[in-house]
Amino acid sequence: MARAYTSTVIPAPAADVWRIVRDFNGLANWTGFVNDSRIENMMRADQVGCIRSFRLKDGGVIREKLLALSDYEMSFTYSILESPMAVTDYIATLSLTPITDGNHTFAQWQADFDCPAAQETDLIRHIGGNVFQAAFRALKQQLGR
Amino acid sequence: MVRVKESTIIDAPIADVWAILRDFNGHDRWHPAIAESRIEDGPADMIGAVRRFKLADGAQLREQLLSLSDHRHEFRYCLLASPIPLMGYVARVRLCPVTDGNQTFWEWSSEFTPPAGRQAELVGLVRNGIYLVGFAAIRARLRGDFATDKPVAPPVTPVPLAAVPPTQTRIRAIVIDQYGGPDVLHLREVDLPPPGHGQVQIRHTAIGVNFIDVYTRSGYFPLLHPPGTPGMEGAGVITATGPGVSGISVGDRVAYACPPVGAYAQARNMSPDLLVHLGPDISDMTAAASLLKGVSASFLLHDIGRVRPGQTVLIHAAAGGIGQILVQWARALGARVIATTSTAKVALVQGLGADHVIDYTATDFAPAVLVLTGGQGADVVFDSAGKTTFAGSLEATAICGHLISFGQASGPVGSTDIDKLASKSITLSRPNYAHYTDTPEKLAPHVMRFFAALRAGIIRLPEPTLYPLARAADAHRDLEARRTTGSLVLTV
Repeated sequence: MARAYTSTVIPAPAADVWRIVRDFNGLANWTGFVNDSRIENMMRADQVGCIRSFRLKDGGVIREKLLALSDYEMSFTYSILESPMAVTDYIATLSLTPITDGNHTFAQWQADFDCPAAQETDLIRHIGGNVFQAAFRALKQQLGR
Repeated sequence: MVRVKESTIIDAPIADVWAILRDFNGHDRWHPAIAESRIEDGPADMIGAVRRFKLADGAQLREQLLSLSDHRHEFRYCLLASPIPLMGYVARVRLCPVTDGNQTFWEWSSEFTPPAGRQAELVGLVRNGIYLVGFAAIRARLRGDFATDKPVAPPVTPVPLAAVPPTQTRIRAIVIDQYGGPDVLHLREVDLPPPGHGQVQIRHTAIGVNFIDVYTRSGYFPLLHPPGTPGMEGAGVITATGPGVSGISVGDRVAYACPPVGAYAQARNMSPDLLVHLGPDISDMTAAASLLKGVSASFLLHDIGRVRPGQTVLIHAAAGGIGQILVQWARALGARVIATTSTAKVALVQGLGADHVIDYTATDFAPAVLVLTGGQGADVVFDSAGKTTFAGSLEATAICGHLISFGQASGPVGSTDIDKLASKSITLSRPNYAHYTDTPEKLAPHVMRFFAALRAGIIRLPEPTLYPLARAADAHRDLEARRTTGSLVLTV
């Protein structure tokens, strides 16, 4: 099992950041690399079990299923159903924690997955950097901080 | 049952922070409240280990290690015996790496049941006397501030409401030994005493740089008698409150824009009277970059200039920190705005919505204003440049117009012949910031008006130019050389 882990400090209150990231159908609003997204089968975007189907700007299509969402913990967990990446059993969690010192946010994004051994290093780098880190960077820019 | 949860970011790799914190018997070497500590038996990292330790005032406590994970960088412990009634106290320390900055997220939390009526006092004690003091001590230690060992241990005892251990801390501050140019701004380590009666202690996160700081430094305004620390604007968090303080608590986010000077420092003590509480939608950076300028713009436009729709206003230095606010706000009030700035900043000022922008380096602004107004001149003139613009501003002011001279960035206006005012029945104002803002009653309406304008999007603030505190002199050089646009902020 491989793990990608990215964390950052977002100089904005956690409630403000959570308002943006909790929308499971909202990747296109903040990540910078998602073209469009929809929720399948008329489910609500915060309903556990719902599936988001989104298209990347590079054309790739990804389907992900919401496994858990907690407004109290400010975190959600999802799995990949289909993606252009050679990963299986992919489960990721994005969580926010308030930093009381300065009223900022500590954001963590972690994915555990299986993949062919030869691709492990590249996939960890790709997911941790090009996906999670890039999305956090775009989010910070959007928040103007 | 109450919960206390405090967290911070330490500017060091997680391994370095964990190396200090994981030693259950090592807190007497870094925490200022702990005088001495020993483990009753066995190794300090064995689950069940009991540490027996003494506070600086002699009080004895025992705590037991409940769990410890080197993998998760986390440990939990409980209080077994204590003269302080923290009933059922269980605490957790956990660290997480910040992968994009090689920093460490540190959360310190606990639950306990306080006796009736003592909740506020005990929560304050745990938060301020233990956690926040601990954060500061580790931060200082990892920065190498304390070459030998931790600072003097303060006593931690059950104390009256909202009290804080009277600990003196070592901080970095900009100190001026004599009036002069930017070179007189030196970074020093100084002692910060605990807040006195009627005072609070603020740990700054962002410090505003204003032209008034230049006048403080040069001695043009007698705001500081060397040696001293300049600065009148800052934002941050309350870390301690002195006796006789009410209405404000440790952990509150605040900002201020008022004397006395002393903002160019990691932390300071001051009266809370003119502190402004910050809502979650106003960041520390925004407050430090704009409070003084926004409050000034509020009284300049609304109380002194009384700008009305349809009037023509002339705003000098329109790309500057206060200039940008004046331009946008005057436009929103329905005025026609003529702005002056230098060549490179013309596009920026146009982007703020000014109706006409005059490049004063290429064009003599006074005749240009007269041309633009059909020979009438501007109804209200906002002049912060002083020496180089004052005569032209008089020339550009309309009959029965109002010239507001509120700065002297290019030098003092000097003596002027007031008989000249009669030629156009001009009103001349020379406002002093303090006279409009020196009581909470005077200040509050301006703060409310300015924050409301920010929230409504009437005023958009440009990204401030940031300088580390140590480089305050560079900030002054750039400000005086007019190299910057918008606000300048020192970061801590």
